[in-house]
Amino acid sequence: MFESLAEKLQAAFDKLRGNVKLTEADIDVALKEVRTALLEADVNFRVVKDFVGRVKERALGESVLEGLNPGQQVIKFVYDEMLALLSGDAENPGQASALNFAPKPPTVIMLCGLQGAGKTTLAGKLAKLLTKQGKTPVLVACDIQRPAAVKQLQIVGEQVKTPVFAVPGGDPVRIARDAVEWAEANKADVVILDTAGRLHIDGDLMTQLQGIKSATHPHEILLVLDAMTGQDAVTVAKEFDSAIDVTGFVLTKVDGDTRGGAAISVRSVVGKPIKFVGVGEKMDALEPFYPDRMASRILGMGDVLSLIEKAQEAVDEKKAAEMEKKLRTGKFDFEDFLDQMQQMKRLGPIENLLKMIPGVGTQLKDVDFSAGEKEMAKFEAIVRSMTVSERRRPEILNGSRRKRIAAGAGVTVQQVNQTVSRFEEMRQLMKGLASGNMPGMPGMGGRMSPMSGIAKRKAGKDNKKKGGGNAGGRFKLPFGR
Amino acid sequence: MLKSGIFKNLWRNVDALVTGRGRIDDELFEEFEAALLAADVSVTTTDKILDDLREAVRLERLPDAKAVRERLRQSLTEALGEAGDTRLKVAPSGPSLYLMVGVNGVGKTTTLGKMAYRATHTDGKKVMLVAGDTFRAAAADQLAIWAQRAGCDFIRQQERSDPAAVVFDAIQAAKARDIDLILVDTAGRLHNKANLMEELRKIGRVCERELGRKPDEVLLALDATTGQNAVRQAQEFIGAVGVTGIALAKLDGTARGGIVITLREELGVPVKIVGVGEQPADIRPFVPQVFIEALLDTE
Repeated sequence: MFESLAEKLQAAFDKLRGNVKLTEADIDVALKEVRTALLEADVNFRVVKDFVGRVKERALGESVLEGLNPGQQVIKFVYDEMLALLSGDAENPGQASALNFAPKPPTVIMLCGLQGAGKTTLAGKLAKLLTKQGKTPVLVACDIQRPAAVKQLQIVGEQVKTPVFAVPGGDPVRIARDAVEWAEANKADVVILDTAGRLHIDGDLMTQLQGIKSATHPHEILLVLDAMTGQDAVTVAKEFDSAIDVTGFVLTKVDGDTRGGAAISVRSVVGKPIKFVGVGEKMDALEPFYPDRMASRILGMGDVLSLIEKAQEAVDEKKAAEMEKKLRTGKFDFEDFLDQMQQMKRLGPIENLLKMIPGVGTQLKDVDFSAGEKEMAKFEAIVRSMTVSERRRPEILNGSRRKRIAAGAGVTVQQVNQTVSRFEEMRQLMKGLASGNMPGMPGMGGRMSPMSGIAKRKAGKDNKKKGGGNAGGRFKLPFGR
Repeated sequence: MLKSGIFKNLWRNVDALVTGRGRIDDELFEEFEAALLAADVSVTTTDKILDDLREAVRLERLPDAKAVRERLRQSLTEALGEAGDTRLKVAPSGPSLYLMVGVNGVGKTTTLGKMAYRATHTDGKKVMLVAGDTFRAAAADQLAIWAQRAGCDFIRQQERSDPAAVVFDAIQAAKARDIDLILVDTAGRLHNKANLMEELRKIGRVCERELGRKPDEVLLALDATTGQNAVRQAQEFIGAVGVTGIALAKLDGTARGGIVITLREELGVPVKIVGVGEQPADIRPFVPQVFIEALLDTE
């Protein structure tokens, strides 16, 4: 999401690279770029002013650390300052902010925000996440304003298999209160209130929000904010906060190419944590907000930790162990491959995964991943056109079998041949790899941002902690770019 | 009209700056800069406007801050472009077709609903609303309610059906029913999703084949609170389907929508229509002069 900002900052710091001593003129040149980049990233101009001032103060006051060049030193100051801003917790800057739960259920979570921020979609995502954590949520339709809003929530509720409490034409305050009672009676332990989108200057509707608040005493009041919001984000956040004292923010539509400076603005001006980010239209496209990862991402350091965590969640441990054995002995076949592909699909689009690898984000900015995904779909079509025995024993694939597969998959025989031979190459490669050395993380070599050393150390530590993680780093798929 | 005009706040700020101060100094320009940036005008456009202004101060020997302020008004008008054609195009014969595109949650369906209402009630046209958003839950239901409010024709298909097929159906039906204006809603899509942008191109092709011309208007719906990302959005949608104008929604808040100055300046796309609320009548044609007048009405 922040690639462009990362690029800009890197360009600014390239000018400082190679210098041995940091002069005030150097700092000013770099910080001018930082200022422009932050403004273009929609960070509020007052926040930018303070931010740049603080970085300059630090850059002037401290001497360059041993082992760093002046450019790296400035990047470190910018990173530290950004981290401090995004986390608001100097002691524990990497910590994601957790949801507050009621000591005695039900927990009430109230969602509010401007029109079109993504409240209803977020309600569904939260329900799905909480269900996964063993809770029994209920969704409550408090938006009686927008046409068909209740219906939208009902459809979302069906998608995430969560009951929806709705009283068409009812009063939002009353609906919210009744929903909490309903939850108590029906043993639902989390009540998610989806309120109508409203302007922060609409007195009546803001009063209604206060009414819902005092009727239900929410444990979380989350302001849902579109990541594309510009300078006005600060006004919106301040107004909602002063009316109903929000407990945190959720940033939506982070999967776009917006730089999302609003995150920095609202965090620093209102001082409440960002708790989640929405990263897609699918119901599981919701992630906790990690300030350190976000700061790393802003500076183009990638997000190794998120990547590893995501991979681990999706890949079944036991299957992975079996797969490892198969790979080692070279017994990996097309059937296993299909299985792997299904697991990969659960990770989401390749694009999202690649963006988390340090340095890759900026470099792959203009690459169209849909081509790769298409290749993959073609490959899958070919494998699916094989019989089970063909998948298990690719060596029986003779000419007439290949012709039949080509017809079934709608490709040429050459493409089938290519797929089979690439697969065989991969199998050999795997066998070789398993018996010998394991290369490290992909994409860690070559052009890196000066901070990637730190990212690498962190990733290494994390790997160790989680028992190796990320085995088979250079897993190469049998289809090329 | 346009009491809730986007520049009103901006202008009030600028005005407050110059009253009681006659001197033209760096501080004056810094404060102009802050006002423009706070309105979401891009850094580049802001720099350009202020450079022009400095040049004007020098060449035209502007006597005091008040004159500089007047000159800034002129610069802003220039940046917004000539009046140009900010009116919506109408087909010479047969039904006109407007396509509404944009990212998620900017106000496409609501703006289209209001346009249908206005075209039916104010202009006396026979209008057809088309639910080309077959993706978002209940999007078609939302548009159906708007069709009911406007009292106009309405075409929809099942959820997840091909939007291009819905548009094909709509054009056939519109021809048969002697419709004047076809308003097509589309699913919100982030402009960086290639396959979804392709889907839009397909709708454009269906229109070209069945009507013999491109959509008469391709309107990019833009949320007035949107910051600099609006430029990327506009670029991508222009590349995919050739945007002809901007529908600026949600101008009734505190957002100043200054990004439209940048869009006009950098991409040449005019604003054609402005949304200022949730009621059926809360829609205005965009008239730059009126806009600037409203802007100057600082009382």
